[in-house]
Amino acid sequence: MTEKNDRAAIIRLFHVCKRFKDKAALADITFDVYKNDFIFIHGPSGAGKSTLLKMIYLAEPISEGQIIVGGMNLSRIPRKKIPFIRREYGIIFQDFRLIPSKTVLENVSLVLEVKGNSGKAMQRKVKGILKTVGMENKLNAYPPTLSGGEQQRVAIARAVVGEPKIILADEPTGSLDHDSADIVMDLLEKFHSHGTTIIMATHDESLFNRVNGRVIRLQEGHLKTFSENEELMQ
Amino acid sequence: MTLSVARAVKDIVKNGYLNAVAVVTIAMSILVVSSFGLFILNANDIIAAWISGIRIMAYLKANLSSEKIFETELKIKEYEGVQKADFISKEQALVFLKEKMKGQSSLLGDLAENPLPDSFEISLNPSVKDIKDIETLAKRIKSIEYVTDVEYGQVWLKRFANILNLFRVGAFGIGCVFFLASVFIIGNTIRLVLYSRREEIEIMRLVGASESFIKIPFYIEGLILGAFGGLVGLIASFLGFISISSNITSGASSSFFKIRFFPMDVSLGIILCSIFVGWLGCYLSLKQFLKKY
Repeated sequence: MTEKNDRAAIIRLFHVCKRFKDKAALADITFDVYKNDFIFIHGPSGAGKSTLLKMIYLAEPISEGQIIVGGMNLSRIPRKKIPFIRREYGIIFQDFRLIPSKTVLENVSLVLEVKGNSGKAMQRKVKGILKTVGMENKLNAYPPTLSGGEQQRVAIARAVVGEPKIILADEPTGSLDHDSADIVMDLLEKFHSHGTTIIMATHDESLFNRVNGRVIRLQEGHLKTFSENEELMQ
Repeated sequence: MTLSVARAVKDIVKNGYLNAVAVVTIAMSILVVSSFGLFILNANDIIAAWISGIRIMAYLKANLSSEKIFETELKIKEYEGVQKADFISKEQALVFLKEKMKGQSSLLGDLAENPLPDSFEISLNPSVKDIKDIETLAKRIKSIEYVTDVEYGQVWLKRFANILNLFRVGAFGIGCVFFLASVFIIGNTIRLVLYSRREEIEIMRLVGASESFIKIPFYIEGLILGAFGGLVGLIASFLGFISISSNITSGASSSFFKIRFFPMDVSLGIILCSIFVGWLGCYLSLKQFLKKY
């Protein structure tokens, strides 16, 4: 019995399946995520990593099984409640998904605006986060004028500005050069060390050594191994 | 809300051309429909002025006793809408006729017998403003035992009223067409903006934006477009009105009636209508778009 098993899970997946028409994208996925976990979901392209994350942030419906987040069964969440669940997450994408017509400051502020925040206090908070990710000098820049690494740092700022309990990162270093990927990983580690739970989909095994995390290996939609510190648990 | 208004204004400025087309369409619609409206409003005024001057002439049977004439007068005065009934004897009528004919009065000199009947000239209360009320009153008067006929310029009045009704129906039809066209154009404008911002909307959803957070700026945009289009259309109508009314008042017709622009409440109603058009266009396109994406 490990220390983790004594704690309550903040995300639980029970026999989760995802089908696109007749094709199974994910089959029988079961695992728990605990507070302050750093979980890598690893697998080749098409293994179902992104689909799994999408189901957690409710961008894809669950075909079978259950995902429980904070005690709520995501399959039974009414459409109107979805935004409130998503506010519990910070989401980072491989392609950054920043709004090109908004400045860096506006992109990050959006997360707080949707929660009803506004004014100088909000601006101070956003500027503080942008300083943390090293983008304080690009507040009024538009995303298309930034490098990939800079855009991803803005995306990280956007993900963490709302102080989410969980960060879902879908290949956050996938489209970055080595140095930029390092910066992104440093930032994620930093937020993890402050207590944030991180679930990161990646195909890059070299990232595992950086963090004391757990690795979920997916292959063709099936959970193959679930290891901690590279030691097979189950 | 301030944030939503700011976002809406920013979007309007950003999609200037599209929004200008929507505003011009609404303004044109308002201009056309209000032109009809102004015509009907002033034609109604003319009819009202005409009606207020109308006298119903009730012609009596020949050789009635003064008791019967008095009885008829009482009956006429009992009817609602009758202000007064002046008796005109056939002798007085002949004198009036001769005065009117002046130069040709000798033609009447050889008459062996006065052919004119006794009559009542009936004035109406100012409350009587409808042609139908006059028709009803005239019918009731005609049904009095000693009255042979009534006259109140009914042929002309009916003809004018029919033309006016035709314009009313026309205005309604054209109003409906322009209403639908405006709703369609506004809806299309919003839809194009929505398509161009599809990705942005998706990102907003992913960071936890509620549907109302996404929708409200678009609604505000629709309302602003509607209000602005309505205002521009109304100003254009007013300028057109000023130009036409200055021509009319300088002509001979000015002594008979004065043309006027919409009163304040109707003007406000027109702007509210165009605001509704903006909202409706927005509502329909948002409903369709957000269901699809």
